[in-house]
Amino acid sequence: MTLAVDIRRTLGAFTVEAKFDCAGGVTALFGRSGAGKTSIVQMIAGLVAPGRGRIAFDDTVLFDSAANIDVAPERRRVGYVFQDARLFPHMTVRRNLTYGARRNADRRGGPGNGPGNGNGTAPGIGPGNGPGNAIGFDAVVEILGIAALLERHPRDLSGGERQRVAIGRALLANPRLLLMDEPLASLDAERKWEIIPFIQRLRREFAIPIVYVSHAVDEVLRIADDMVLLADGRAVAAGPVEDVMNRPELARIAGEGDAGSVIRVGVARVEPAYGLAELSFAGGVFRVAAPDLRPGETLRIRVRARDVSLALDRPQNVSVLNIFRGTVTRIDDSPGPQVDIEIDVGGTPIRSRITRKSCDELGIAPGRAVYAMVKAVAIDRSEARR
Amino acid sequence: MFALSPEEISAVVLSLKVAFWAVAVSLPAGIAVAWLLARREFPGKAALDALIHVPLVVPPVVVGYLLLLLFGRKGLVGGWLYDTLGVTVAFSWQGAAIAAAVMAFPLMVRAIRLSMEAIDPRLEQAARTLGATPRDVFFSVTLPLTGSGIVVGVILAFARALGEFGATITFVSAIPGETTTLPLALYGLTQIPGQEAAALRLVVLSVVIAFAAMLLSEIVARRVRRRISGA
Repeated sequence: MTLAVDIRRTLGAFTVEAKFDCAGGVTALFGRSGAGKTSIVQMIAGLVAPGRGRIAFDDTVLFDSAANIDVAPERRRVGYVFQDARLFPHMTVRRNLTYGARRNADRRGGPGNGPGNGNGTAPGIGPGNGPGNAIGFDAVVEILGIAALLERHPRDLSGGERQRVAIGRALLANPRLLLMDEPLASLDAERKWEIIPFIQRLRREFAIPIVYVSHAVDEVLRIADDMVLLADGRAVAAGPVEDVMNRPELARIAGEGDAGSVIRVGVARVEPAYGLAELSFAGGVFRVAAPDLRPGETLRIRVRARDVSLALDRPQNVSVLNIFRGTVTRIDDSPGPQVDIEIDVGGTPIRSRITRKSCDELGIAPGRAVYAMVKAVAIDRSEARR
Repeated sequence: MFALSPEEISAVVLSLKVAFWAVAVSLPAGIAVAWLLARREFPGKAALDALIHVPLVVPPVVVGYLLLLLFGRKGLVGGWLYDTLGVTVAFSWQGAAIAAAVMAFPLMVRAIRLSMEAIDPRLEQAARTLGATPRDVFFSVTLPLTGSGIVVGVILAFARALGEFGATITFVSAIPGETTTLPLALYGLTQIPGQEAAALRLVVLSVVIAFAAMLLSEIVARRVRRRISGA
């Protein structure tokens, strides 16, 4: 399941020009507002025509300016979850959910996914044709936790509930690909954390590729497998989240507070006496207070640059548990009282933000061996990659 | 005292019949034109908009006379109708209905269009991504959400059609039992000395009918609004 996008569209002085592939799982389109993220998903959905280019999903061409192909949105089978849920106000939640299902029933190739009798075992075609993955009404309602809302009208729902119904409605149209355009941006922080687990469950339970538009680092880290970094309408980087997040140009786009490094780790063991989990990565082992983790799990952790301090000699008698020896590879030379230093720890980059004064006094320079003391580790996603 | 004479009953029934058909026949066209103006961009859109509003701004007599030219037995449309179908609409109740429909059309289109423009086009986009063809989107999203606008448009047009006078008398004259609608009958009575009492009865009757229609429209519109927004 691969979505191949290569498009170019000029609107006034602004040009969106992007070429990237999405290979299943969740691919985040990440960038500041105005970077062209929404334009790109609208082109994938067929709501906006690219000037030139090609969009294809596996062997199905959705758009090709050279071959004069532009498949109508209703025939693309591309689900779209909008930032503002866009539920139909004159229909109940149940009728909203089945709107797409009713229209795509003939293309589904099998009975049984309609409302009321969708028991999750119906033979579906399309993305949900892996064993046990048919997108059935009851399964979607259960996963999204909207069973109690079915007879209500959209105006009686909270923002978070609306967004969950919108996700369900898009899924039940049995799409081959799901586009989510900042589905959490209009929600307050609390609602946001309430929805994220649902999206994580979707990713696990339905084998449907998701393109997830966001400008929030924390969302991307929790939800996405791969990411495409967009700036000024252009795709500047693409790849696994861990790789793209560690690129220096990301720090400028993501904003100051989020600068740091993202590391994939495996849970080696959990020491019950202290509730400490040992998380192994290429450069060593993190010990983190996390008694609930299970050995064998794969996690994504984030180490913020401001939580990493440096020493030239191995620190003795300190409370910090995570101390790694590494080599300075790069010093960010942007002006200001603080500098960001990248240290290579067994092939994994860890970033540290220290004062320029400390940097000068310690004589830190590329190639120098240092000890990085990591004071805090954030666990962003506690689940294995597909 | 208020028992109606046969002439009065005939005028009332004829008025209701003319207004009903005027609205019934022009409603599909009204919805189509409202949709074109609300949702489409095409060359000549401004001209179409202006043309529809002409009956609202020119004297009704002008519209009646134009209709006579167009639908008269020697007119462009009337001649064709007579030659191929043997039908004459001038000086018939069907002609009165045409006159009423033309005069009421701008009000109908306006109400429906306003309500259609208030629908978020992004809802229609969402419907497309869920597999609905443009036609399907119109009938499953746009039209139901226009409901209250259609009700208002129908009522306004019906009221306008009931009260139509100038274009009607010019186009189809006032033939008792055929084209003498309530306003025409009333006008006739005011021209005859000693008929003040009869005229007044028709005045009261007109007000009662108009009031009942407005009341009904308010009730229906409220119910439709509630259904759409989902109470």
